[in-house]
Amino acid sequence: MRAPSLRTIAIVVAVLACVPLLTSSNVVLNFLVAAFLVALVGQGWNVLGGYGGQYSFGHAAFFGTGAYVTAILQARYGINAWIAFALGIAGGALVGAIIGALTFRSGLRGSYFALVTLAFAEVLRILASVAPITGAGVGTLLKLDLRPLAFQFQSRVPFYFIALALVAISLVIVRLIEGSRFGAWLVAVRENEDAAKALGVDPFRVKVGAMTISAAITAAGGGFYTQYYLFIDSGIAYGPWISIEALLAPIVGGVGTVFGPLLGALLVKLLGEATKLVAGDAPGLDLVIYGGVLILIVAFARNGIGGLIANLRAATRRVHG
Amino acid sequence: MAEPLLCVEHVRKRFGGLLAIDDVSLAVMPGRITALIGPNGAGKTTLFSIISGFQRPEQGRVRHRGDDITGQQPFALAHRGIARTFQIVQPFAGLTVHENIAVGAHRSRRSRADALQAAADVARAVGLSGQLDRPAASLTVAGRKRLEVARALATEPELLLLDEVLAGLNPTEVDGMLPVIRALPGRGVTVVMIEHVMQAVMSLADDVFVLAEGRIVAQGAPREIVGNPKVIESYLGHGAAARLAGGGGARG
Repeated sequence: MRAPSLRTIAIVVAVLACVPLLTSSNVVLNFLVAAFLVALVGQGWNVLGGYGGQYSFGHAAFFGTGAYVTAILQARYGINAWIAFALGIAGGALVGAIIGALTFRSGLRGSYFALVTLAFAEVLRILASVAPITGAGVGTLLKLDLRPLAFQFQSRVPFYFIALALVAISLVIVRLIEGSRFGAWLVAVRENEDAAKALGVDPFRVKVGAMTISAAITAAGGGFYTQYYLFIDSGIAYGPWISIEALLAPIVGGVGTVFGPLLGALLVKLLGEATKLVAGDAPGLDLVIYGGVLILIVAFARNGIGGLIANLRAATRRVHG
Repeated sequence: MAEPLLCVEHVRKRFGGLLAIDDVSLAVMPGRITALIGPNGAGKTTLFSIISGFQRPEQGRVRHRGDDITGQQPFALAHRGIARTFQIVQPFAGLTVHENIAVGAHRSRRSRADALQAAADVARAVGLSGQLDRPAASLTVAGRKRLEVARALATEPELLLLDEVLAGLNPTEVDGMLPVIRALPGRGVTVVMIEHVMQAVMSLADDVFVLAEGRIVAQGAPREIVGNPKVIESYLGHGAAARLAGGGGARG
């Protein structure tokens, strides 16, 4: 599939930016903010998993680090929310670089890489559930302080625009990666590591670089979560739920494509809401549905819904052309 | 006499109980085509892997322009100007031919547009221009061999290691590939090729090394090599040279 132009990204973002003008329904805005959050976290996963072919099962490690750094710096050290948010992204990137260096140095690939990333996230979850600095089992609650300077708002609308802006930035970053030498190297490593090496590509540096960028984007999602809900605990921050959403969105929407995670996040969240309407709020039912969707996508649409649409368009063009 | 571009000095490599490479030394002169021939299992590809940094020798050194490069990583060697192709072709299957070659071109070019332009130029030189937008996975064997050469060439090497780029091609395809290889020294590329197609070795190579059971058993110009009894025996078994010489009259 051809890479979309920056103009296409601008148009999509502009259309989404019109939503608050059309409706002030908190249900709609809440739904879209939650979807944007997953899109952002999934876009982070997409850099490493989609373009780099390294399927992480532990992106919670980066989401949680972004969330906790943002929360702890404010709650315990009184640092400004925006600065804490930026440091949360940096902290997530650092954790990404460290886990990347450790796993890729030992040559982990495929399911081994997936398992070890899951293990890192679980270790962090358990540490966060007992360490005093994270609030241990109680979690960390942010004081209500409804000022823009404190990254808190009276209405949902500013949050909507911030979430959309973060998604927009992530779309542009991924689009720039796709058109760069780094992106070409990353895809080459995904396709064939030995061949890439022979052509002057250092796979270790490329993969650690990708994991750092990937972690930073996902950590931004964690920091945003903290500001939006003003509460986190170890299960939210480092729990497997976010690792699953991070990989589900791009896989459903189309791995290794710019719009895959956004498309996937909207579809998955829509499906989640539909499930709630039909079956009520039965705990764990959404995970059952996600599992089913994942099986269907992997079995019948390896390139996600985005790939399916592209195939259909190509097919209709063939019929009419 | 010019300095050799590449020197292999007393290299030895063992896989478990098998001595794959045993005290091999050879020198590659710049601007020439050097062929490395020998029967299956002689250790040719292992020697290539050692030169290109994919494997480390237990003993001995590899020198490039006099510098010791033994055990350096393949990507570091690519930046030094040493490129290789793979006997078992290794395309980036999910990418187009153009994108495949561009990965090589990115070795020295940061900009995507420059790399794609350079890749198109290389594709023309090896006869892949018509297939630029096809997925690499859809190429024929001959096309994939060309792609291997194109990608390696795109890194702008001064030394190119070609591992059986003619194997599996039909005679017409071999004839199509010969001019591509023959033109390489003119582009400033020194070539070392592993080859089984003797017709190609005879018509292309300036120097030939014969590897058998991990040792260099003969070296020289192609014409000298074909008549060498040691070479004939390494392919056909002990005493074969004498038998052939004896039976030569009956055939003629």
